[in-house]
Amino acid sequence: MNIQNRKALTEKRIQAKEAMKRPSHRILVCAGTGCLAGGSAKIYDKFLELAAKEEGVEVEFGAEIAHTGIKRSGCHGFCEMGPLVRIEPSNFLYIKVKEEDCSEIFEESIRNDRPVERLLYEADGVKYETQEKIPFYAKQTRLVLKNCGHIDAENMDEYLAVGGYTALEKVLFEMTPEEVVDEISEANLRGRGGGGFQTGYKWKQVARQKETERYVVCNGDEGDPGAFMDRSVMEGDPHKMLEGMMIAGYAVGAKDGYIYVRAEYPLAINRLKLAIAQAEEAGLLGENILGTGFDFRIHINRGAGAFVCGEGSALTASIEGERGMPRTKPPRTVEQGLFAKPTVLNNVETYANVPMIINEGAAWYRSIGTEGSPGTKAFALTGSVKNTGLIEVPMGTTLRKIVYDIGGGVKNDVPFKAVQIGGPSGGCLVTSNLEVCLDFDSLKKLNAMIGSGGLVVMDQNTCMVEVARFFMNFTQNESCGKCVPCREGTKRMLDILEDIVAGKGTMESLKTLEELGEAITNTALCGLGKSAALPVLSTLRNFREEYLEHVQEKCCKTGNCQALQQYKIRPDLCKGCSKCARNCPVHAIDGKVKEPFVINQEICIKCGACLENCPFGAVVKES
Amino acid sequence: MDYITIDSKKVPIEGEKNVLSLIRKAGIDLPTFCYHSELSIYGACRMCVVEDDRGRIFASCSEQPRPGMVIYTNTKRIQSYRKLIIELLLASHDRDCTVCHKNGMCELQSLAYRVGVHDVRFPNTREEKPIDMCSPSIVLDPNKCILCGDCVRTCDEIQGVGAIDFAFRGSKTQVIPAFHKKLSETECVGCGQCAAVCPTSAISIRSNVTVVWDAIADKNVRVIAQVAPSVRIAVGDHFQIPKGKNSFGKLVEALRIMGFDEIYDTNFAADLTVMEEAAEFVERLKQGDHLPLFTSCCPGWVKYCENKYPEFAGNLSTCRSPQGMFSAVLKEYYREQDEKEGKKTIVVSIMPCTAKKGEILRKDNYTDGKQDTDFVLTTTEVIRMIKQMGIQFDKIRGESADMPFSLASGGGAIFGVTGGVTEAVLRRLSPQKDYGTLREISFSGVRGEDGVKETEIDFEGKKVRIAVVNGLANAGRLLERIQAGEAAYDFVEVMACKRGCIMGGGQPGPAGPRTKKRRMEGIYKVDMGCNIKSADENPAIQALYQGFLKGKEHKLLHRNLGY
Repeated sequence: MNIQNRKALTEKRIQAKEAMKRPSHRILVCAGTGCLAGGSAKIYDKFLELAAKEEGVEVEFGAEIAHTGIKRSGCHGFCEMGPLVRIEPSNFLYIKVKEEDCSEIFEESIRNDRPVERLLYEADGVKYETQEKIPFYAKQTRLVLKNCGHIDAENMDEYLAVGGYTALEKVLFEMTPEEVVDEISEANLRGRGGGGFQTGYKWKQVARQKETERYVVCNGDEGDPGAFMDRSVMEGDPHKMLEGMMIAGYAVGAKDGYIYVRAEYPLAINRLKLAIAQAEEAGLLGENILGTGFDFRIHINRGAGAFVCGEGSALTASIEGERGMPRTKPPRTVEQGLFAKPTVLNNVETYANVPMIINEGAAWYRSIGTEGSPGTKAFALTGSVKNTGLIEVPMGTTLRKIVYDIGGGVKNDVPFKAVQIGGPSGGCLVTSNLEVCLDFDSLKKLNAMIGSGGLVVMDQNTCMVEVARFFMNFTQNESCGKCVPCREGTKRMLDILEDIVAGKGTMESLKTLEELGEAITNTALCGLGKSAALPVLSTLRNFREEYLEHVQEKCCKTGNCQALQQYKIRPDLCKGCSKCARNCPVHAIDGKVKEPFVINQEICIKCGACLENCPFGAVVKES
Repeated sequence: MDYITIDSKKVPIEGEKNVLSLIRKAGIDLPTFCYHSELSIYGACRMCVVEDDRGRIFASCSEQPRPGMVIYTNTKRIQSYRKLIIELLLASHDRDCTVCHKNGMCELQSLAYRVGVHDVRFPNTREEKPIDMCSPSIVLDPNKCILCGDCVRTCDEIQGVGAIDFAFRGSKTQVIPAFHKKLSETECVGCGQCAAVCPTSAISIRSNVTVVWDAIADKNVRVIAQVAPSVRIAVGDHFQIPKGKNSFGKLVEALRIMGFDEIYDTNFAADLTVMEEAAEFVERLKQGDHLPLFTSCCPGWVKYCENKYPEFAGNLSTCRSPQGMFSAVLKEYYREQDEKEGKKTIVVSIMPCTAKKGEILRKDNYTDGKQDTDFVLTTTEVIRMIKQMGIQFDKIRGESADMPFSLASGGGAIFGVTGGVTEAVLRRLSPQKDYGTLREISFSGVRGEDGVKETEIDFEGKKVRIAVVNGLANAGRLLERIQAGEAAYDFVEVMACKRGCIMGGGQPGPAGPRTKKRRMEGIYKVDMGCNIKSADENPAIQALYQGFLKGKEHKLLHRNLGY
């Protein structure tokens, strides 16, 4: 159906709202990547089957609006507890649902409106019936992720029903492009991709270029290990991002938008494709949108999995079909970006912020978050925390609130050690930083950055040298190979870190690490290179004693570094049963039966099989 | 006037596009690997990093000068970073410097020495990668590559070929042809400009020095050398001879000392080419057929045209290049004598060009199914031979080349520079050869180093439209314009290398802007020293046509297109 003018859009929205109200119950099965991996597709099928057999219960699906009834929603965010199922209107949230549970859920919650107690989230002895009461959700401010998990991501009508495309309508009929740019500038929206650059200023710069052929590009190449904020938006609420891009296109006078998504996000790509097709069919994308004369098309480009393609100039090069390598600036992307034309380049979350700023106004937006960093920020909370998942909080929320209130504290109640924030380009925050407000400026002062929003929690059992080695391995693998400091320097830093975790480090190694780190930070060509050494420098600063342990005492107290561990057999406890020797995969254990056995350290691969198998507790692990 | 301050020295900004140019203008030779004024800014080597008064560190090659900037080029930090970058490069580089072709001429080696790297702390974990020796012109040795990308950009931006590019990521990055092809399987034209810009010997010229020494040592072989126009003004570069000075006599003497039996001047063959090409052009003009006529002296261009614009291959002149014509004539000339003396004649051409090594293997350049030119030595290889033998090139006085094939006109001499072939053809076609007329031709727009030059002349009452192109990317663009109907010509001269053969891939480097200018002047000076200005006035040429060449013109002087 083609919506040709504003009136038709309003009518369509009313219809969609009606249709959404029609069924008495809605079962929302999380279809985010995490839950899908946990088997949510089967759960969805099961519910479909149950609902089909059911008579008398008003569960509708497959009528005018395809999936009303049972939804495949986007990510609910509470990935630790997946697969998740939400029942509306009672708002029950069930966790770790299995196919076998479906009948019971259907019987109890759909027919009798009662919760299935055993599937509810429980913390500190309290069972939480509804999603809204669970601290993980209650303590968040979900604005960008508002619709994720609540509407059918594959159905544009539901997006319309919850107020989608009202912002586009508003800018097209009530605002000039300049007013749109001013509104975004006034809101002080800062880029959510890492840099925190002012979006309004960026748009203004593009809008004032002489060249009239301009582009809007969306960076969906989310590459930080453990980060999935953008993926969730693309999967759970794709139209919101498209709407943001269209508004940007209108504001800067662009006719084409490109979304660069990593190919590892097949679900996001499919949902975006579907969303674009739906918007095109409805006439919200294409020529003469809503009869206003505004033309805009959106294209999808898949990235072949290079972290560096998240860098602006590498990303545009990759869209152009060139090798994804950053180039020197100037000219900047706003002057000569995609196809050497002025280009607005923002990430997914940034665009997803745009519609609500237009709808609610800059003043409202500035009332959330801090003065310098208004709005909210989505974080991917992972690592050693009880409630991992996708969260959204106002800028300026303290680290403590995120880790303890929302995250529920460190897993197994081990003492907190640090968080790695901003992915491989970021830095670590330690116990003394727990009260730090997370926003662009206060993190910069701590030599860390929000980055795109990866938050990896680490406890006292985490070896920080190993963490540094892990991130350096990542950056080294992802370096594009263009500039010498990043290409060669990260390789050497990785070599040194590998030596240190293998017990071959010296004091000289630490000095060289610092020297290399400083040189790379100061001389690398692009943002990726300049930040490549930060995890190492940051851990060297905050956890120097751990490095010294590894280097001087050749020990790793956390037990993470395998090479620094030794398995030994205590002769006083060994009965000489030979079970360890029989289970050793490399025949490193020798001895005479009924006499104490001995492990040959040169052959031992430290797999721990002996320790697991010893019936007398005679095998010990020493560092 | 706006200024920036560089190491406490005020330097005026006079349209420079980057801070690096200003630093060099201030008299400081800031080192770079990846910066070349004729290529796009790449910013990868980070050698040109500088610090400003706020402690900000940036690469000066990619920084626009802003009035009032205060720059320091040698602070303690900058010194240490620069040193570390070199150390990092050396750490993964093949450090067998003593047996390297580029030993003593390697920019990495000299910069390591300059910035004072005397120790490499990192173990060399480099994996041995295979060397590509398949091209007759170029050798790719990835073990010595520092990934500055100069070759990649030259091949793409200047030559429009794009035979090589980066593959893989991070420390595994390599410059190679796509899909692991050998260079000989790509569209590489063999121009050697990649080797000319390579700071190390990752890309080098395929050497024929040893086989030539072998031939010289063989008593049953008559070794004949022919020396191309551009060799004489560059061969002295490595012997403290002023840039652009004509060292032809010295070279002849050096070649005799080495043991070459006969030494001839390719300028003579250039005259032959002018005669043939001018005749072909007049014929095509008359017939109105296959116009524009494209020159065919440059093997890089011929191959480029065949590879990328095969629809234009018929427009290429059927003439062999001067090298090809000469070798065919020489082989024919010595045929009977060889039979009588029981000898074998080998023609070694001494060229500024690496693509010539490929040209001699082309079947259309064969005569009676046999290769005419046996080996091509580039100027740099000859320099190596002179050094190997210990000839004190600056001290020897010089001798004249052998007759009868060394008498040449000034028109033949200027073949070495862009516009030279056109100018020589115009001289040939002009009925008057007086000073005024020749001067007029030289000012008609054929001279100068612009990438594309256009001119029109009157010939027998008809306007003849001429284009002179250097740099293959320029040629490609010109062909696109011709195809699109935006331009039309009757005669188009193309030389693959910028400025022509004087900057060929086989010429000694490094050659900065001043050397380029001197070489161009040097070529025109050779012309000025010639009494004969036009090929048709050359008595040796006349004698050849009337003598043993009679009836064999087509066989010996034109490409054998039906092989």
